[in-house]
Amino acid sequence: MNVEKIPQAEDSAQTLAKARTGISGLDEVTFGGLPAGRPTLICGGAGCGKTVIAATFLVNGAVMFDEPGVFMSFEESSADLIRNLASLGYDLAALVKQKKIAMDFVRVERSEIEESGEYDLEGLFVRLGYAIKSVGAKRVVLDTLEVLFAGLGDTQILRAELRRLFAWLKDQNVSAIVTAEQGTGALTRYGLEEYVSDCVLFLDNRVENQITTRRLRVVKYRGSVHGTNEYPFLIDAEGITVLPVTSAGLEHTASDVVISTGVPGLNQMLGVGGFYCGTSVLVTGTAGTGKTSLAAHFVDSVCARGERCLYFAFEESPAQIIRNMRSIGLDLQPRIDAGLLKFEAARPSLFGLEMHLARMYREIEGFAPAAAVLDPISALRGESGDVHSMLLRVIDLLKRRGITAFLTNLLAPEGMDHADAGVSSLMDTWVSLVQLESNGERNRGIYVLKSRGMNHSNQIREYQLTSEGVKLVDAYLGSAGVLTGSARVTQEAADAASVMRHTQETERRRREIQRKRDSLERRISELRASLESEEEEARKALEDDQELERRMQAQRQAMAVLRGGPAS
Amino acid sequence: MNRPVEADPQEEPVQDGHYNLRLYVAGQTPKSITALANLKTICEEHLAGRYRIEVIDLLQQPQLAAGDQILAVPTLVRRLPEPLKRIIGNLSDRERVLVGLDLRPDGAP
Repeated sequence: MNVEKIPQAEDSAQTLAKARTGISGLDEVTFGGLPAGRPTLICGGAGCGKTVIAATFLVNGAVMFDEPGVFMSFEESSADLIRNLASLGYDLAALVKQKKIAMDFVRVERSEIEESGEYDLEGLFVRLGYAIKSVGAKRVVLDTLEVLFAGLGDTQILRAELRRLFAWLKDQNVSAIVTAEQGTGALTRYGLEEYVSDCVLFLDNRVENQITTRRLRVVKYRGSVHGTNEYPFLIDAEGITVLPVTSAGLEHTASDVVISTGVPGLNQMLGVGGFYCGTSVLVTGTAGTGKTSLAAHFVDSVCARGERCLYFAFEESPAQIIRNMRSIGLDLQPRIDAGLLKFEAARPSLFGLEMHLARMYREIEGFAPAAAVLDPISALRGESGDVHSMLLRVIDLLKRRGITAFLTNLLAPEGMDHADAGVSSLMDTWVSLVQLESNGERNRGIYVLKSRGMNHSNQIREYQLTSEGVKLVDAYLGSAGVLTGSARVTQEAADAASVMRHTQETERRRREIQRKRDSLERRISELRASLESEEEEARKALEDDQELERRMQAQRQAMAVLRGGPAS
Repeated sequence: MNRPVEADPQEEPVQDGHYNLRLYVAGQTPKSITALANLKTICEEHLAGRYRIEVIDLLQQPQLAAGDQILAVPTLVRRLPEPLKRIIGNLSDRERVLVGLDLRPDGAP
């Protein structure tokens, strides 16, 4: 059994020996069990579970702690007891056969007994002593001793004998449980509490709003610290579970480990890539925003890490959730088959809040998950203060164990109400799913309202539930604000068109310049060509002149020769 | 302990009007001695010759306490005639003993 670390437990164990009950939670509340070697009184109204707790104490003693016990019943015959306790899975008959438990039914019938003169209850002592010896008992249950008051007339003798009985029980060094009916204005009808001064437990079975809740309180426990609150407890086929609720749990450690949300876009929004391990996450949203889908993604992500996840479903059956999640491409069945995922489905109205809490406690203790999903907490009905305190306890319970809590909450379309605001302050991360209504359509938007210790995005993103899961769509961010759905698509198309226009314009300008450059270059080459032709002409003219000059000179020489003059 | 009748009553043939009585005590206490003395006196007066008393000391035979549903001591058990009757106490109240053993004729003072 998973026993919490309790600072005082070891100290008090030194001063006072304790007999562990083996009842989940009760040993925590009493810091180790009932006083060993001393009597304990368990009182309460009819049907509040006195006999069951007493019997469990005996059976656990015999089975778990090697402490045989004696069950002395004044109300039910041994055969009836064996039959009734079989419903809790206790095989008393076998234990009797193995000499681990002795049973004795003391039948006291007023009409069959005539009283004449003085007597004492030595017969009872003899019987009890004989039974204790026969199995070497360390534990004794007397259920319900008060029947003697109805069966015997002389209460003066009876009281003296009871006082002697309790002293005798201490001498026998047995850990005894004595049960007694609740009296009006007193703990017990016949004031048995005055004889048992060591430890008194009070059981209560209250009905509120047609829902019954069992509660246990340690009225006194001499020589030991003990929890003083009323603790809800549960009796069912798996035995008794007492819920040792404490709200003062702010000692939990903080982890840096991050668990993916299972939705890449959301991981990105959270800044660190997911939820911190051991924190509590609240997802709120109106109907149909996909809270359960988001939870399923988270569950899948936890299981993918090879860690266990416990899913408390309050509105849907496990089969229904699994089927529905297949529609978004998530198959949780293999996770269940692998023993990583466990569903606990119960209608909230089936039990009271405390009862739910006790059941959750037991499941959490038993399954030891890394993450737990409560879907949805809005299904838990009750006084808003009660719901708040219950959720606080659940969150404490999970935090103390480092279990990541994933809570969904259905909001009324108008917005949040009181209880939500109260719960949200307990949360480390709050993801809000909203319906964005515009242009005649509804679109889903997601944003991180708060997330302690993370530099999270403060943007509203649009998301879609697709056949491949929850997909975050890049939000349209522009001068027109955040746009979703078809408005986003329209705006995006408009934007694309405008971009295209812009591109075309640029291209056109580029071509224009190119054209200008081409024409300029053409003109430059024309001018150059004309210059070249002029140069050519000039050169030719010069050559002609020179030729002419040369010819004239030749002519002059020829003339001189003809005239007989000297050649020049 | 004084045992006036040693025979096992269950093996005796059932005789009409025969009283088979058992007195459960726990040791030789003043209460048990008084009870036995009172019982003998009453039986001699009302049942002379047709009674048998068996005294069982629970300190010696504790295993017998559960069988006859003994709670208080001394307890006188009328095993026969049927039905089984129990009278607890030291039997000092004669009237109550006679009522308990059905020895008082109806309507008698």
